[in-house]
Amino acid sequence: MENLKEKLIVTESPHIRDGNTTGGIMLDVIIALMPALIAGVFVFGYRAAALAVVCVGACVFFEWAWCKIVKKQVSIGDFSAAVTGLLLAMNLPVTMPFWMAIVGSLFAIVIVKQFFGGIGHNFMNPALAARAFLLTSWAQAMTTWVQPFTKVAFFSNADAVSHATPLAQLAQNVDTVSQATSASDAAVAELPSYLDLFLGTTGGCIGEVSALAILIGAVYLICKRVISIKIPAAYILTVAALTFVFGGNDGLFSGDALYHVLSGGLMLGAFFMATDYVTTPYTPNGQIVFGIGCGILTAVIRLWGGYPEGVSYSILLMNVATPLIDKYTAPKRFGVVKEKKGDKKNA
Amino acid sequence: MKNVFMNGIFKENPTFVLFLGMCPTLAVTTSAFNAVGMGLSTMVVLVFSNIFISLLRKFIPDKVRIAAYVVVIASFVTIIEMILKAYAQAVSAALGIYIPLIVVNCIILGRAEAFASKNGAIRSAVDGLGMGLGFTLALTVLGSIREILGAGTFFGISLFGEAFNPVTIMILPPGAFLTLGLVVMVINIISNKKRRGESKIA
Repeated sequence: MENLKEKLIVTESPHIRDGNTTGGIMLDVIIALMPALIAGVFVFGYRAAALAVVCVGACVFFEWAWCKIVKKQVSIGDFSAAVTGLLLAMNLPVTMPFWMAIVGSLFAIVIVKQFFGGIGHNFMNPALAARAFLLTSWAQAMTTWVQPFTKVAFFSNADAVSHATPLAQLAQNVDTVSQATSASDAAVAELPSYLDLFLGTTGGCIGEVSALAILIGAVYLICKRVISIKIPAAYILTVAALTFVFGGNDGLFSGDALYHVLSGGLMLGAFFMATDYVTTPYTPNGQIVFGIGCGILTAVIRLWGGYPEGVSYSILLMNVATPLIDKYTAPKRFGVVKEKKGDKKNA
Repeated sequence: MKNVFMNGIFKENPTFVLFLGMCPTLAVTTSAFNAVGMGLSTMVVLVFSNIFISLLRKFIPDKVRIAAYVVVIASFVTIIEMILKAYAQAVSAALGIYIPLIVVNCIILGRAEAFASKNGAIRSAVDGLGMGLGFTLALTVLGSIREILGAGTFFGISLFGEAFNPVTIMILPPGAFLTLGLVVMVINIISNKKRRGESKIA
């Protein structure tokens, strides 16, 4: 009898086993982020790599330290803290002081992730929450962009040549054009070409500049079935549609949708942050609702909001709405018939 | 009597234990100066409203007691508001709408209902003083932490000099929630440890 009990393990369905583990998935995400990181290092120099190492190291250290302090099983082996660190670094400008990046890592791991119960329980994406924290705290450091291919000093950013991001340039141009009586009067700064945006030779955060590198990583993740295409597709198409309809200077349907899709953090956010398992809906319809919601918020912030870029805030807002989306998009169970109003009376 | 007084400061601290009066707690603790101003104004109103409600407790009909309490509290808030406008312009300007809002502060109404309507005038005054001091203490702790981190100053005096890069978020609304949560966490850790120690002895 004793022997049998050891052999018969009764568990709930589903009974099909798969080799997937949290660690394996997180490792895939890290692999998929490598092209974007390499592009960032190529464009902005070695300080970008150093910043990534600092963020990853700090996140893993804080996760380890927190688990030790509260005497929990140390969970750094699943690489989730490393992914958070890497994503945070991707979201920082290359001139960010190292100590600010460490404070951001502390906020991401301890306050957003561990205070709410660790992996699987965080209510919003830790890396994005840390980005929002840093942007509110040190707005100047977070929006100091450098021209691509300039040398960045390792510890002081005194000589950094500031350079607007493609979206900031676009917002500025729209303003100057709408204020001038005719478009020829306005001094319109030259916008980067689509090729620059696609390859990543523009100003911006480390990981967001190169659409090509992000797409390579995204294709890897989709082929390995780590993420589904639903959220990114819904997100990017919504932004494209809205910016095409409302984004132009000459009335409706004259916006430059391709420019909006390729610039800013949209690609990085759509493929790597709006697809986080914990903070996005798990129902298929819910994922589409989530993507469209992110797209609407991003387009609204970019076109009419105070900031030139709104990817991080829109994903955070939709993260908070996720439980609600899941509740209203839960698929019907097979065989369950919706109760009619009349039936209730008769019964 | 001593228990009544100390109750409000530690065991039933209105902010950290009872979580009453969250609106001023979160909104005006952007600096230590504002926090002390708010705490003391509330304390004065609390002491006087407690005394008068306690004296009137036999005359106030049960059914309209909340309305009666609010009339008493509102009278003292109006007096405080006028005094501040006349003699402490800086406090009045810094706290703005939050001074009239003391009328609906849960701590004051809560103490009227829970304590002053059942106890004598002197005990009620001591209770108001204890609760008011506890509130002031809590606000000052929050205000000091937020001001030091968020602006690099303490009561307006610069602490770290030019090199300090203040964590601006701490003096913005999210900082209020972060600070309150963290301080309550520390207090709960300490009081849990103390309770465990006490139960071991017993």
